Amino acid sequence: MDTIDQVAVKREETEKDGGAPVIAVEDLHKSFGNQKVLNGISLAVSRGETLAVLGRSGTGKSVLLRLIIGLEKPDSGSVRIHGQDIAGLALDQLGEIRKKMGFLFQHAALYDSLTVEQNVAFPLQHHKKTMSKSEQSDRVGALLAEVGMEGHLEKMPSDISGGMQKRVGLARALALEPDILLLDEPTAGLDPISAGEIDDLVLKLQAEHHMASIVVTHDLHSAKTIADRLALINEGDVVIEGNFEELQGSDIEFVREFLRHS
Amino acid sequence: MVNSFMGPLNKFFEWFGDLGIFFWRVVRAAVTPPFEFRELFRQLDEIGSMSLPLVALAGAATGVVLSLEARYSLTRFGAKSLLPAAIVFSVIHETGPIITGLVVSGRVGAGIGAELASMKVTEQIDAIEASAVNPYKLLAVPRILACVLMLPLLTLAADLCGLIMGWVAQALVEPLSFHQFITNGFNGADFNDLLPPTFKTMVFGLIIGLIACFQGMRTQGGAAGVGRAATSSVVLSSLFVILADVVLVKLILIFFP
Repeated sequence: MDTIDQVAVKREETEKDGGAPVIAVEDLHKSFGNQKVLNGISLAVSRGETLAVLGRSGTGKSVLLRLIIGLEKPDSGSVRIHGQDIAGLALDQLGEIRKKMGFLFQHAALYDSLTVEQNVAFPLQHHKKTMSKSEQSDRVGALLAEVGMEGHLEKMPSDISGGMQKRVGLARALALEPDILLLDEPTAGLDPISAGEIDDLVLKLQAEHHMASIVVTHDLHSAKTIADRLALINEGDVVIEGNFEELQGSDIEFVREFLRHS
Repeated sequence: MVNSFMGPLNKFFEWFGDLGIFFWRVVRAAVTPPFEFRELFRQLDEIGSMSLPLVALAGAATGVVLSLEARYSLTRFGAKSLLPAAIVFSVIHETGPIITGLVVSGRVGAGIGAELASMKVTEQIDAIEASAVNPYKLLAVPRILACVLMLPLLTLAADLCGLIMGWVAQALVEPLSFHQFITNGFNGADFNDLLPPTFKTMVFGLIIGLIACFQGMRTQGGAAGVGRAATSSVVLSSLFVILADVVLVKLILIFFP
């Protein structure tokens, strides 16, 4: 639940942006071979807002995130980031947009030949070349402290647990101070305590950085905790979008069934 | 019947088309800054220094075999005096370059294919791309360039080991100084006998690096996909090295008679 101050900050930021959504997905279609994954999905997320995308496995939630960051190309429809359609952009132009986005992969996707410290330093080394080594090192230290991993700089990804890998993945996603954060199943495969810690961490980061965030998850409890709005998707399109209470009050059979089994 | 024939044929052309697109992306990434020099030097070490013992051993073994076989054949035809020249010309013209190409395609092709495939299936390549870093520039360009630059040097090492061990095998049967062996062997030879066959291995390096990176970065599936990428990298790069050798030998004979 937002505090009065946080609500005020969000309102101020939305007014500053002219109310335009930071991420706007419109009528997005995507198929792989004969399998239709997304079927005209539309979503919008503003600055400081967190949207949780829920749905059954294989309904295209992760594909949606990959389309938003440009790792996949849509068959039709558009993805607008800060009002700019990313379809058809050259790789370097897309790169400029990606610098404003942080992405936490489902299995963290840490570079297994690099240490924890080098993983977090990776985006800085490539995009903050004016930063000195010591400045980069300080920034990495601060990011790892922010996610509670300050004592593990020299460890390899294979030497830390899944929850810790996700924390490091989050620190790496935040390295370039993005204004968009995309989280793919941040609590999947974690025990309830680690999952709760990740939820708290996402809430804390969201309160500090006021990013536009999309969280893809199966975990209704997690979604309820960290998101301002929830979107339930089925067969490639949004079935219902709103806060948790609105989902609970829905008489759509799929929504009721999803909530019953969650 | 027609479909069973057209299916693999379509896949073959599709593979070539995808390889062409991949090559174009690599070329574009290679000529636009920033350049990944640190990664290039790491790959030069990984591909060059680490392959040197294996290439040297293969070259040495080839030199011994050539010496034994050539001695037997030339003695039968009364041309034993041509033995040093036969060894030298065989090693520097063909066996040194092709043995180096095949050994590197086995060692480096499998390594690059498996490494990149593993990165692909664990989404590490996607993470690089999501960090606004061009994976062609960071992963493919340094590996391919390192293969292109190191193959001629490794070939020279294989040639040298082949010649030394060819002489040793010869000297064990019939005493002959190394100086005399080399003088007789290179009698009548010029730079055209050494340089074009050595530099043709840059094409082998391009083939090995390109195919291994391509097969690795397009992998799908888990551990099985990684295994398939490693195997196909070795098989395809070895095959194309041999095919390229046929064409390059003909071209060298035309342009450097």
